[in-house]
Amino acid sequence: MDTFEIKRHKVELMKYLRKNLEFVKKEVGVLPENMIEKCPSCRTVFSYKELSENLRVCPSCGHHFKMTAYERIDMMCDEGSFHELAAGAVSHDVLDFPEYRRVLKEAKQQSGLNEAYVFGTCRINARHAVIGVLDSSFIMGSMGSVVGEKIALSIEIAQRKKYPLVIFSASGGARMQEGTVSLMQMAKTASAIKRFDRAGGLFISILTDPTTGGVLASYASLGDIIIAEPGALIGFAGPRVIEQTIGEKLPEGFQRSEYLLEHGFLDMIVDRIHMKETVAKLMSLNERRS
Amino acid sequence: MAQLSAYEKLGLARRNDRPRTMDYIDQMFSDFIELKGDRCYGDDPAVVGGIAFYKGIPVTVLGNRRGKNVEENLRFNFGMPNPEGYRKSQRLARQAEKFGRPVICFIDTPGAYPGKGAEERGQGQAIAENIALFSDLSVPVVSIVIGEGGSGGALAFGAADSVLMMENAVYEILSPEGFASILWRNSSLASRACRLMKPTAQDLKELGIIDEIVSEPPGGAHTDPRAAIKNADRAVYGHVTRLLKEDPDALVENRYRKYRRIDGRRRQMQHT
Ligand SMILES: [Zn+2]
Repeated sequence: MDTFEIKRHKVELMKYLRKNLEFVKKEVGVLPENMIEKCPSCRTVFSYKELSENLRVCPSCGHHFKMTAYERIDMMCDEGSFHELAAGAVSHDVLDFPEYRRVLKEAKQQSGLNEAYVFGTCRINARHAVIGVLDSSFIMGSMGSVVGEKIALSIEIAQRKKYPLVIFSASGGARMQEGTVSLMQMAKTASAIKRFDRAGGLFISILTDPTTGGVLASYASLGDIIIAEPGALIGFAGPRVIEQTIGEKLPEGFQRSEYLLEHGFLDMIVDRIHMKETVAKLMSLNERRS
Repeated sequence: MAQLSAYEKLGLARRNDRPRTMDYIDQMFSDFIELKGDRCYGDDPAVVGGIAFYKGIPVTVLGNRRGKNVEENLRFNFGMPNPEGYRKSQRLARQAEKFGRPVICFIDTPGAYPGKGAEERGQGQAIAENIALFSDLSVPVVSIVIGEGGSGGALAFGAADSVLMMENAVYEILSPEGFASILWRNSSLASRACRLMKPTAQDLKELGIIDEIVSEPPGGAHTDPRAAIKNADRAVYGHVTRLLKEDPDALVENRYRKYRRIDGRRRQMQHT
């Protein structure tokens, strides 16, 4: 198969639970085992299955491949414990912006998601939590009004249920096509986290590749604990904009997880293999004595 | 005045002779004392902060500082704050809360500075903390966009009980030039971008993002700065005195509800 075909099939596949191989075979006409992906870092080629079994971490160099929202949820939640909320919420063309309806429609078809943020209640090593995941395959994981609404809702539900909140961010920032309405979602989500914080809620913010712009400059930077996956791009301004502004090339590793850790903006970098166990441990250590 | 396009308004908002934060501070307040520094790394000249009397009421004032010529613009970094500006703002906002002073913010920035040092010192984190802190202040916060309000760098001062906008000000997700270059890879389409982004006071009032439009003299604020600032003064004072009567808990709750509601349309979500 050529790469285009692989991509198309892969995207199709994400719509279904990966466990349902026979169903997928019938629907897509190809077994996941037969699909291949090349590591962008070390260029080794792997089968889709090989990568999936290794939580989409390159077995030879440790590069963390992008993950869909449901892959993350599978990785983090105890089997069968995830109950999605507000799954049907869809965005509207709030500013009557040219092409936005088409962009939304295509994003839905290609990602199999209704919007870029998926959340619900779950158990992580038997402990209750609210988990939310931004999926960068849906318009760069950008935070439009519905993403902002769903994030605020996930925070409020965690507060009401007194569950810890775990959010995996991956976002290019604001949703351009929603203009200033999108900008206001920063205020919405940051103030919701502030209330959650005041109410004693635990927020574990996990930054994955890429977490930039208005998402980094709002709720994502407000975790009690901030974790990043290795090698993730994390920054307010994009590297290209910075290079244009200052007129020089940025050093290797600028705005990557390791660089942020060094500058004091992360608690830790955790690879995907150890993510669930780490989050579960943090949840148990942060339980309030009552 | 004939109906101006969004791009024409942007032109007015960016004029060098348009009244800026310091002009508003000089005319609206008495005994303004500037307070500097973030007590951590430095003092950001692009953000001015201090305390003053506002018709007898002690207030905390914050604002983006922009120059009126090249030399001043260089000194104030074209109004683009570094993280120190947002941390100074947090320090002064906490102090305002401690002494029960309302906070008045003047927004006039193309955005937070996209620099190497700014990233190293946590621009994103500084803005996030600023927004979160403002969302929770138990004293009234009134913000007014007087020129150009761009991106999260402007919103940092805009999580307020009342947000006002001068008639020809713009409040945008990022500069129309940046917008056009991201979306169409062509920054010369800025005028088209500006129209589509709906960044004018009139657009944002309709979307429920701002609370009041303050009229400018015919031709724009630069034609008669005193008159423009007088209008702003009257409007801001109205909001400050009204908000001072509110119970602090109600203030915080209403501020939360206000931002919680903004979704472009009134009720578009079906919660399941
Ligand atoms: Zn590799």
